[in-house]
This record gives sequence, C-alpha cells and structure tokens, in this order.
Amino acid sequence: MNKLNLDEAKIKACRDYANIIADDVQKFIDKHTTKSVERSVLRLLGVDGIDEFGVPLPNRIVDDVVENGQIQLGISRYLASALIATKMNLEEFLKYYLENDISICNYSLIGKEETFLVLKTYYEKTFTRIIENKLKRQKFLEIYPRKKTDLYVIVATGNIDEDVIQAISAAKAGADIIAVIRSTGQSLLDYVPYGKTTEGFGGTYATQENFKIMRKALDEVSQELHRYIYLVNYASGLCMPEIASMGALERLDVLLNDSIYGIIFRDINMQRTFVDQYFSRLINAFSGIIINTGEDNYLTTADAVEEAHTVTASQFINEAFAKKAYLKPELMGLGHAFEINPEVEDSFLLELAHAELAREIFPKAVLKYMPPTKHINGNIFRAYQQNAMFNMVTTLTGQSIHLLGMMTEAIHTPYMSDRYLAIKNAEMIQKTMKSLAEEISFKPGGIIQQRAHLVLDEALLLLKKISKRGMFNALSDGVFAQTKRGIYNGKGLDGVFKKSEDYVNVILEKMEEFLNEN
Amino acid sequence: MRIKPYGDTLNDGKIQISFTLPLKKSNRAIAAAKEIAYEMGLIDPSVVHAEDIKEGFCFFVVYGSVGFSIDYDKIKIEEISSKTLSKEEIERLITSNYDRELVFVGASTGTDAHTVGIDAIMNMKGFAGHYGLERYRGIAAYNLGSQVQNEEFVKVAIEKQADVLLISQTVTQKDVHLKNMIELVELLETEQIRDKVILIAGGARITHELAKELGYDAGFGPGSFAEDVASFAVNELIRRRGEENAG
Repeated sequence: MNKLNLDEAKIKACRDYANIIADDVQKFIDKHTTKSVERSVLRLLGVDGIDEFGVPLPNRIVDDVVENGQIQLGISRYLASALIATKMNLEEFLKYYLENDISICNYSLIGKEETFLVLKTYYEKTFTRIIENKLKRQKFLEIYPRKKTDLYVIVATGNIDEDVIQAISAAKAGADIIAVIRSTGQSLLDYVPYGKTTEGFGGTYATQENFKIMRKALDEVSQELHRYIYLVNYASGLCMPEIASMGALERLDVLLNDSIYGIIFRDINMQRTFVDQYFSRLINAFSGIIINTGEDNYLTTADAVEEAHTVTASQFINEAFAKKAYLKPELMGLGHAFEINPEVEDSFLLELAHAELAREIFPKAVLKYMPPTKHINGNIFRAYQQNAMFNMVTTLTGQSIHLLGMMTEAIHTPYMSDRYLAIKNAEMIQKTMKSLAEEISFKPGGIIQQRAHLVLDEALLLLKKISKRGMFNALSDGVFAQTKRGIYNGKGLDGVFKKSEDYVNVILEKMEEFLNEN
Repeated sequence: MRIKPYGDTLNDGKIQISFTLPLKKSNRAIAAAKEIAYEMGLIDPSVVHAEDIKEGFCFFVVYGSVGFSIDYDKIKIEEISSKTLSKEEIERLITSNYDRELVFVGASTGTDAHTVGIDAIMNMKGFAGHYGLERYRGIAAYNLGSQVQNEEFVKVAIEKQADVLLISQTVTQKDVHLKNMIELVELLETEQIRDKVILIAGGARITHELAKELGYDAGFGPGSFAEDVASFAVNELIRRRGEENAG
C-alpha cells in the first residue's frame, strides 16, 4: 500500500530517533520499580482480596514493606522469605498475616535463586492460566475471523449489571468491541477497588470481578452471534500494571495503556508511569492483549491541523516503547483522531491524509481511530454528519479499531438508540464504500500527498528535537498537547524506588525470559 | 406575544421527537408510541418510523403538533448583563484600570477529566478562532487542567492571588457536578476568599441561572468564548472595586 508516495528514508529516520528516545527512557526504567509494579507481582502470584478496612491485600503488603523493610529489594523476596520461614503456603500465610496483624518484614531474607524456587508454583500457576486465556482467545478468533475494521463502542453506566445489558445490545446491533469506561478519577487512585460494583460516576470501576462478569456475558453473546466480541478496559493511570495483570487473568482483549497520556492528561508523574508502563506492556505482550495508545487526545487540547505531527511523532515513540516490551505490531493499537474543525476548507482531505499516513507508516498495527468530539455541538444532526465523514475516512484508509462517534457527544452518556444509530451509520458506509479504497489513488503532488509529506517532515523534526532533549525534558518543555509536566511533579512520585543490586522480580524476569524465547 | 413551534407555517406547532420503548416492533407497539405522544399533549401524532434496535426494544420517530402557545413576554431569565467586548477592548479596559496583570486561575475540578471546555477558554489557541485568555495582554492565566481537587484548586488560587476563578464541569451524571460546585463555594468561604474573587462556572450543562443559584457570580454554557468570560469578569472586577472605594 503506497498511495502517499512517502519517503521510506524519512520513515526510517523517524524510527531511529524514536528508538534513541525509548532507549534512553528504558535505561531509567530498568533501574527502578514502583509500588504498583510490586503490587502487580503480588497479584500475579495469587494475592487478592481485601483486609477488614477494605484495603486491597497487595497494597497492604507493599505498604508494609515500604514502611518496615526495603521495597527496593522487590516484594518477591519478602514474600518468598515469609513463606519459607513460616513453612506455610500462600493462602495459609495470607490468613495468618491478616489475623495476627504482623509485618512481612519479620523474616530473614532469602537469596535470589531460592526466591524463584519458593515462588515457582505460584507464578507457574498464573502463567498457565494466562496462557490458557490466550489460547481460548486464539480459538475464538480461528472460528470467528475478524473483519478489517472493528466497531468499538463504550458503555459507562456505573453499574456493571446495567453495563452488561448495554454491551449485549450493542454487540447484537453490530459492535465488535465493547469498552467499559472507568469511573471518573479511577486513574488517580493508587489502588484497584475490589469486587463487583454497581455505583460509579461517569463510568464503572475497573475491578477484577467486574472484568469477569463482563467477560462471561460477552463470551455468551460471542457464541450466539458467531463473532468474538473484544472486551476493553483502561490501564493508564497509577495502577497500570495491576490492571494489566487483572486483564491478563480475566482475558481482556484490549487495554488502554499509555503513560504519555497519563502524564499529560492526568498529571501523573512521568518517572512513575514510564516504569509502570513497561511492566504493564510486558504483561500485555505475554497475554496477547492489544494496547491502545492515547495520542489522539492531543488534538482535543491542541489544534488538529497545526499539531497533527505531534500525533505521528508520538506514535513512533509508542511503537518504540511497545517493541521494548516485546509487543508485536499486531498488538499495537496506536491512536489518532478525526478532530479538525469542519469549518476548515478541505478538512476532509486533511483527515484522509493523516489517517492514510498512519496506515502506511504502521501497516501491521491495529490502529485505533477516534471520532470527532471537540467540534461536536448540541446539533445532533450535524454531529451525525460529522460521524459519517469520520466513518468514510476509516473505510477509505482501513483503520483497525474504529471508535464510533455518538451524535449526542457531550450531551449525555449515550442512549441505547444513540449507540444503535452510530453502528448503523458506520455499517452503511462500510457496506456502500467497501471497495472504494482499492479504486482510488491520490493525485501525485496533490493536496493529500503534500499534506502527508508535510506532517511526516514535521514529525521527523520533532522526533529529532526530542531525541536531543531526552523524553523527560521534552515533556517538561510541553511538546505534546501544549502541556508542560515536570520530572518531579505530578501524582505518584512517592511510589518510585531505585532498585537495589539485589532486587528480584520473579514475574518480570520470567516473562522477559519467555518473550525472548517466543 | 404568544408563540408556538414553527414547522413550515407560523403557529403550526410542529415538533419532532424520537424515543425508544421496551417493546418489540408491532402494530400495537406503534400504537403505544402514538399514545406516548398523545400523553405528551401532541395533536395528530404520526409515527413515521419504527425499528427494532435490540430484542424487545423499538426506536420511534414521531411528528406531531402542540395545541398550546406560550406568552413570550412572560419569559424572564437570569442573564449576564455585561456586553461582550473584543479581545482588544478587554485588554484596553484592563490597562486603563489596572497597573498589574489580572490573575485568572482555571481548572476542570473534582473528578472531572474533561478539559475541552476549560482549554477552549484559557489556552493560547482558544476555540473556533477565538483566542484563549493565555493570549490576552493584562491577564495572567493559569490553566490547572483536569481532575483538580477543590482543595488543591483553592490552594493555588490563594498562592497566585487570583482575581478570577474559572471552573469547568462536564460530567453531570448523577449530579456529581452540583455537589462539587457547592463544595468549592464552601471551601472558598472557609478560607475567607469567596468575596475576594469572581467565581465563574462553565460547561455544557451549565447555565447562568444554575451558577447563580449555587453561589457563583456567573455561569457560561455552550457557545461561550474567552471574550464572553473575560468581559464579564473584568467589568465585574472594576464594578466591585468602585463599590469598595465608594464604601
């Protein structure tokens, strides 16, 4: 596919700069751990549940070590040492730990090799479960192959039972992907709520139990419809790797997983979230979960024409980070969006150029394409037309994950009929324009080609600049979404720790080992 | 003046509605949709479209006319009285009245993650060709972004010695915005700075009337731009200073 006549050398140069940027950050990542990384290790070793105050056990144990021990040695060593010293299994120990209100730091610490030995049964059990999940998904996909473009809709009632009803109705109307929006503000919680929830604002809490409930409902409807319905949730935030762990355990298919998004739009500390992102993406790679990145959001804050290249640059960087975490292109849902003001003349051509550019630069990626939101007003009829144009761009450029635009955007959380009409809008365009993309080529040197070349040139310049400044400094300068974030500012910095020489993370090491071999 | 909705003839009273009923499509379901329209007071309702959108749920498009008219002269609303000035006029107004910059602090507060509203008003670029407050000479604009807790917001307001506070609320599910907006007023009162600032709310579902009711000085709904907000705020600051001096 080469409709834009892009300069391959420039694309390669972009990738090279992106790799330099990612290498630099990875050096920092490899030397650090975070509270949420350590909590994820516990979760993946089988620690779950809450104490009598409702505090999740992974939080309680990690905080115990932060307070009374040295978390920079890794939670793996503390847990293994406790199991050896008490001669208990995990379940017995957790009960004992809670009932006697003791510290996990009371036991003499064992070494690295022994830690692996003690914890082997637990991580192997989890790995088996995750691999079974992966196989189950693969089996589904073999029986029900996917279309070129998946239609993605959101449910957000706050009540998981209500979400299930909405999700089933959306799937039956034609949706391929269901995302359960999180309760507003969950990304800033430094713990994951526990159990089934039926109350939330602007969305439903991401909890392992809620994941399980929705997965079960979607599996049933998948079998009924002969289409495997993907389940999406959101990991970006202070609990990125924990949510990835839960997603792996409950067979989510897609996770929003982007630290740059968290830094810019949630003011999460960059050190914290880059470290979290690596571990969470590693878990995603191991589990076969597609990541979605959030550069599309830059255009909700910054101008979609002037800042289009920041999206492209960010996609290159996200690709480089994803590769470091062993994610294959098929699991890279790089984001972009249709956000140009429709008052701009020829804006449809510009959107087409941007979307085609992303498709040609990342031919194998499962690109996530976001609908117009910024220039949608209360005129639902106008919004329906904007969404139709957006749907056309997707069909013409073969986007993979297509978020449906709602005509009632910014009015209310969608009614059942809003979602239905959105799906029908997209389906009509997909059907009536099915082969149009193959029939058309872009005029050499015309508006579309020129626009794509310009955006690529600007992305290249920006990547060069970021690679010189380093990612941390560049974010402090405000390169993305015109938002400046300091290296030592933002939420969650107190949860970052420099690893000791004797640090052990059994899950990280075993997953890296597995992914290196496979 | 008495008025009715306008379809294609004055006083025909025509309106269009659409809704879903938890019924499978059938002639009886269509009759039920018509009955809903009758109960709404529509004359000659006509169900022009019915379509199953899910098992047991049917979507309808209905036309009809209303039989009543309303007296437009009796409609009274709470409206922002200040005239909207241009960016340049506002800048001149500031320089001729103050020898310092006016400080505007804004955020999408509480758990609200939406920044489109506050960005449209504050960011350099603005929205739809209307520059944001950051670009105004004479205004120091601090956009704190989204999900700023009220406590944090008030802290910054005090630090920066804010003249004007702008809060944006987009999520209105279960009236979460009302609770959050009231909490901010209470907090400002506790800190004894409520009277020292102009407090303005904005958002897709915010009206001036609602904002006044909650103890704000003004509220701006959809379609408001930086100059609308700045015109009100600057004029109000000048008016209050005049009052103080007189008092």
